[in-house]
Amino acid sequence: MGKRNVFDLIGPIMVGPSSSHTAGAVRLGTMARRILGEEPVRGTIILHGSFATTGKGHGTNLALVAGLLGMEPDDERIPEAPKIAKERGLNFTFETADLGDIHPNSVKFDLFGRNGCHVEVLGSSIGGGSIVIREINGFQVDIKGDYPTLVILQQDLPGVVAQVTFLLATAQINIAHMRVAREKKGAQALMVLETDQKIDEAVLGLMRKLPKIYQVLAIESLE
Amino acid sequence: MRAYEDWVIEAETKGLKISEVILQNQMEELEQSEQALFQRMSKNLKVMRESVAAGLSGERRSLSGLVGGDAAKVEGRRKKGESLVGELMSGAIARALAVAEVNACMGKIVAAPTAGSCGVLPAVLLTVEEVLKVSEHELLLAFFTAAGLGMIIAERANVSGAEGGCQAEIGSAVAMAAAAAVELGGGSPRATAEAAAIAMKSMLGLVCDPVAGLVEVPCVKRNATGASIALAAAEMALSGVRSAIPIDEVIDAMGEIGKQMPCALKETAQGGLAMTLTGRRIQAELL
Repeated sequence: MGKRNVFDLIGPIMVGPSSSHTAGAVRLGTMARRILGEEPVRGTIILHGSFATTGKGHGTNLALVAGLLGMEPDDERIPEAPKIAKERGLNFTFETADLGDIHPNSVKFDLFGRNGCHVEVLGSSIGGGSIVIREINGFQVDIKGDYPTLVILQQDLPGVVAQVTFLLATAQINIAHMRVAREKKGAQALMVLETDQKIDEAVLGLMRKLPKIYQVLAIESLE
Repeated sequence: MRAYEDWVIEAETKGLKISEVILQNQMEELEQSEQALFQRMSKNLKVMRESVAAGLSGERRSLSGLVGGDAAKVEGRRKKGESLVGELMSGAIARALAVAEVNACMGKIVAAPTAGSCGVLPAVLLTVEEVLKVSEHELLLAFFTAAGLGMIIAERANVSGAEGGCQAEIGSAVAMAAAAAVELGGGSPRATAEAAAIAMKSMLGLVCDPVAGLVEVPCVKRNATGASIALAAAEMALSGVRSAIPIDEVIDAMGEIGKQMPCALKETAQGGLAMTLTGRRIQAELL
């Protein structure tokens, strides 16, 4: 979390009862939807730790679905989210599991989208409504949603990162944080870049045409 | 590390209210105009008024069924003129219950500083507004005083029940409300610091032991008793009563106590009220 300001202490405006178990859960759903890159139509939501044990009374299930539907944490339809999902023909099922040595307020989404996209996202609600995405499709990441974020799936080869950063530099986009992780040497790698400026479609289009780049995903910052 | 004392001295030197010093600080840090900051705070205030109204009139029940309808009971008695503690205190108690009930029932609230402690600030400040007839502008300024103190608490200690127990959540809200109430009551910047210190000292050591891990028992009623402590601290500070331990040191003590507090008493539902016979029975029925 960056330096605090008055609106971190009086705010956010949200639907209760818990900033971590409700507002944070909505934001985790929102991030999972954005990482999928299209409307999720079905999937499994796996609750871990305190999400699994006290989630029911906090409306965590409702909040996670609300986020997947694209609602904000202050949307008063959150309690009706599963009903709305059903009306739209969407099907999300809940499971509980021990996901290992991670934050007690954690959830794993296994989502399928309208056009057939599939993604697995693991995230945690770390207090006061703040969240962090820990894993995308098994790749370790650290995305808090504070910045516009680029997630790029590429081949692990020399120069691939450079061509992306060169493109960003040309577009006057400054990189705030950056992380590259790979499956194994020479195989697929995942690059996560948090930027100070929003990245427009033209730049994304150019990026998608670069060699050895398989997938480019731009995630808007939360709020 | 920042200290509330620094803002008090700056306000005294420049002859400003403490809220005006905090407002200037935030205009610089957020690179936003005074008008933009007021608009954002005004949005929060609007939602607070709505949640008070919803809680006082509503018949909602929480998901667990443990919470709902108590704000209306207190408000009903107050309206009949039967209140034992008077208009101001009963008004604050009813409003605190109202907002905390709305929160427990998945209604819309403003976290202040957290969702679990969201009733204290609107209860104290909206009741003082009603009794002292302060302007909307003065009221909004007082929220900057509260939030500024909250920033110092978050930086020097924390405002999370899981990290510091209830003293960090409702305790922080009570200190924030006490400081803001003093400003609305015409107190000096120094007096806001005294009120905050007296208020927080009264909340030190308070554990977070919610039944079944829900933001319901004892959280909802503790918002109301917290509001009354804030008003008592404000009354003392406005009368010239000083705190022997300065506010920044009280905040540091709160942070230390939070570290020393066992994990079972920090929002894990593994100790205290959550582990009583009745607490465990409620939990078993819910899960």
